[in-house]
Amino acid sequence: MAVAHSLIANRRLWTFHGGIHIPDEKSLSNGAPIAPIALPSRLVVPLQQHIGAPARVIVAVGERVLKGQMIAEPTGLVSAPVHAPSSGTLVAIESHPIPHPSGLMAPCAIIETDGEDAWAELPPPMTDYPQLDPELIRERIRWAGVVGMGGASFPTSVKLSPGTDRHIHTLIINGAECEPYISCDDRLMRERSGHIFEGVRIMHHLLGVKQVLIGIEDNKPEAIEEMRLALAETDMHTYTEIVPIPTLYPSGGEKQLIRILTGKEVPTKGIPAQVGIVCQNVGTAAAVADAVLEGRPLVSRVVTVTGRAIANPRNLEVPIGTPASDLIAHCGGYRETPRKLVCGGPMMGFALRDADTPITKATNCVLALTPEESPAPGPALACIRCGRCAQACPANLLPQQMYWHARAKDLDRVQDYNLFDCIECGCCAQVCPSHIPLVQYYRYAKTEIWSREQEKRKSEQARARHAAKQARLERQEQERQAKLRKQKEALAAKAKAQAKPETAAKQQASAASPTETANDS
Amino acid sequence: MKTFIASSPHVARVNRVDSIMLQVLLALVPGILAMIWFFGWGLLINILLAVTFAVAAECTVILARGRSPLPAIADLSAVVTAVLFAISVPPILPWWMTLLGMLFAIVLVKQLYGGMGYNPFNPAMAAYVFLLVSYPVAMTNWLTPTMLTEHHLSFTESLRIILDGSLPQGLSWDAVTSATPLDEMRGKLDRNLTMGEIRQSPLWGAFGGRGWEWVAAWFLLGGIYLLWKRIITWHIPVSLLSSLLVCATLFWAIEPQTHPFPAFHLFSGAAILGAFFIATDPVTACTTTRGQIIFGASIGALVYVIRTWGGYPDAIAFSVLLLNIAAPMIDHYTQPRVFGHGGKRG
Repeated sequence: MAVAHSLIANRRLWTFHGGIHIPDEKSLSNGAPIAPIALPSRLVVPLQQHIGAPARVIVAVGERVLKGQMIAEPTGLVSAPVHAPSSGTLVAIESHPIPHPSGLMAPCAIIETDGEDAWAELPPPMTDYPQLDPELIRERIRWAGVVGMGGASFPTSVKLSPGTDRHIHTLIINGAECEPYISCDDRLMRERSGHIFEGVRIMHHLLGVKQVLIGIEDNKPEAIEEMRLALAETDMHTYTEIVPIPTLYPSGGEKQLIRILTGKEVPTKGIPAQVGIVCQNVGTAAAVADAVLEGRPLVSRVVTVTGRAIANPRNLEVPIGTPASDLIAHCGGYRETPRKLVCGGPMMGFALRDADTPITKATNCVLALTPEESPAPGPALACIRCGRCAQACPANLLPQQMYWHARAKDLDRVQDYNLFDCIECGCCAQVCPSHIPLVQYYRYAKTEIWSREQEKRKSEQARARHAAKQARLERQEQERQAKLRKQKEALAAKAKAQAKPETAAKQQASAASPTETANDS
Repeated sequence: MKTFIASSPHVARVNRVDSIMLQVLLALVPGILAMIWFFGWGLLINILLAVTFAVAAECTVILARGRSPLPAIADLSAVVTAVLFAISVPPILPWWMTLLGMLFAIVLVKQLYGGMGYNPFNPAMAAYVFLLVSYPVAMTNWLTPTMLTEHHLSFTESLRIILDGSLPQGLSWDAVTSATPLDEMRGKLDRNLTMGEIRQSPLWGAFGGRGWEWVAAWFLLGGIYLLWKRIITWHIPVSLLSSLLVCATLFWAIEPQTHPFPAFHLFSGAAILGAFFIATDPVTACTTTRGQIIFGASIGALVYVIRTWGGYPDAIAFSVLLLNIAAPMIDHYTQPRVFGHGGKRG
C-alpha cells in the first residue's frame, strides 16, 4: 500500500479549461448498500439500448423466455443483442415510451414475468481466458450485450477491438462519477471492487496495454480506499493505478478524464484510440467480468434513485426493463410532489414525461427533484456577454457567440464557432446570469444541422434519381429513334433492293435501245 | 402526477443579472461616500436625479415598445448606468444636463440598439462624452475638495445650485470650484512649469490630487471586492492599469520634470474607477480572455496618449468608447483554441 500511495503522490495530473463546482448531493443516496428490487410483473425491454444498429427480435410473441436468453440479436458490427432480464412470456413487441430526451416511442419487448426468475442455459465460464483466442473473448462480450454503462451505451466489444493498426497503450477506467446526485459507481466500487478488477484484468488482456489508470473524483474517499485495498490484493498493481482527481464537473467526461490523467487531447471529431487510449466505465468493467467469467449477459444494472422528493434515496440492482415508477415505489415513494423527474443526472439527464419509462442499460439514475431543488429558472433575460459561460466551458468554446448565431438560425456561423465540439455538459447554462437555456439552443442547432444535412442528402438523392430518370428517358428516346432510323433504313434498303432489279432491267433495256434512254433523259 | 419538462441542467442556476448589478452598486459605495466627503452633497443629489431620470426613461421606452417594463427595471442595469454617470460629472451639474445625459444614455445609446445586452457603446460614457463636447464649461466645473475650501456647501445650497444655478449669497464661483488635478497639471505643463514647481501647489497630496487620491483608493477597494466576488475578472482592470502605468513610468523616467509621476496617473482621475467599473461593462467589452487583455491595455495606452497629447485632461470615456467599437473585431481575432483542435493553447 505504501508503494501505491507514493505512486499516486507522484503522478502528475493535468487540467482542462473551465468546469464548475456544484454541490454534489451524493450523500443523499450513497449511504446504504446496493439493494435488490422485487421482480416486477411486467418488463418493458427496449430493443435498442445501444448506439448503432437496432437488434432484431428472434423470439416469437407468446413464447416462454428464460432469464439471460437472447431475445434480439445484433444486426451489424456496431450493435448489441438484448436478453430477457427474467423468465416469463414474451407477450408483445410494441411501441412504448423509452428513456429519450424527446419522449420517443420505440419498439420494446414486453415480458410478463413468471416469478421463477429461472436462468437459461448459459455459456461456460471462460476462467482460462488468458489462454483463449482474444476474438473468442470479444465474441463473448458482444454476445452478452455489454455496452458502455456510463451513459453513452456504445457496444463495448467494438471499443475493445481497436484494430491492429492502432497502438493502444493506456486503458482508463472511469470512476469519476462527476454528475451531482449519482452514486451508483461509488457504491459499485465500494461493494464490488474485486469484480471490477476482474473486468479490468480481462480488458487489459484484450487490449495489451502498458498501464491502467482508474480515475476517481476525490469526493468519494471510501471508494478510493476500497479500490486501493482491492488492488493491493491482486497482482495488477504493477500496471494499475488508482488516481484520485479533484472534484470538478465535468471531470468524468471521457475527453476531460483522458486530459486530466494523461495530458492528451482527443482530437476534434476523433476517438480516444487515436491517442492510444481506451476509456471504460467501472460498471462496464463489472459487466465484462460477468460475461467472461460467469457467462452472464447484461440483464440488470445498478441505478441510483435519489432527489429530495424521494422518501429513502439509495442504489438498487434493477432488471433492465423495470419501470422507473417501481424503483421510486421501492424507495418509499415520494416524500413530496416532485417538480421534475429526471433520467440521468441533473446536469445532462433529461426530464421524463412518464414514470412508466423503463430502465435501460444506460440508465444510471432516476432523479425526483423538489421545487426547491429545481426551481423554475424564470424568463430568460438578454445575454449581457459577461463571458461566464466561456469561463466555464470545458471545451473552451465561446458559448455566448454560439447562442447568438443559433438564435439567429445562422447555422454556418454557429459551426464556425465549433458547435460540434460542445459536449452538452450544461456548465454554461448553469452559470448564465440571464438564465438562458443555452444547451437547448445548441441541441436545437445541432438537430437543425443534422436534419438539413439529411434533407440535402435526400434532395441530392432525388436529384440523382431525377437525373438518372432523365438520362434513362433520353436513352430510351435515343434508342427508339435509333430503332426507328434503323427500321427506316431497313425499309429504305429494302425498297432500294426492290428498286435495283428494276433499274438494272431498265439499264439493260436502255443499253438495248439508246434512243429510248435519250428520250428518258 | 404532472412533472415539468425542460432541457438540462435541472438544478437551480447560480448567478443572476440583478445580483451582479447589485454587487457592482455595493462595490461603488465606499468610493461614493469618499466623494461625498470630499465634494459635498451635490454628488448624492446628482445620483438620485440620474437614477430617477434613467429609470423613468427606461420605463417609457419599454412601454413604447409594448413590453412590460418591470423585468428591465429589476435588472438594475439602468441604475448602474445612472450612478456611473452621476459620479463622473461635476457634483453641481445643472439638473437638466443630467436629464439630457440620461435620455441620451438610456434612449439613444441603450434602448434604440435593442436594450440591455445589445448596446455597442457604454451608455454612461457615451452620455458623459455627449455632454462634455456640448457643454464643456459646465462639465469641467468641479468643486474644490473640502480641505482646500473655506465654504462647505450645505445640502440645500447644493440643491439650489443644481436646480437653478444660483450660488449662496456672498460667494463667487471661484470660492467653490477649482480645476481638477488633471486639468491643473495640463494647464501648468502647457505653461512650461516643471513638475517640481507644479507640485508646490496645495492641490497635491501624497500620490495624486488631494482628495482625489482617496476617492480613487476607495474605488480600488470596491474593485478588489468585485474581483473577490468574481463579478469581474482581473484581465481588463489589471491590463488597463498596467499599460497606463508602463506608459507613465516610461516617459517619467526619461523626463521627470515634464511628465507627471506614475502614481499621479493612476490616482488623480478616473483611471481606477474606469478600470474596475467602466471598462469592465460586459456588454460593451471584449469577451475572450486574450481580447480582454488587449482591450484593457489599449484603453490604458489611449488614456495616456489623450491625457498627454490630446485635447482633454482626462480620457477614460473617450478611450472606452473607442475600444467599444473595436471589441467585436478584437473578439473575432482572439478566439480561444477549442479543446481537441491542435495548435497553440489560446
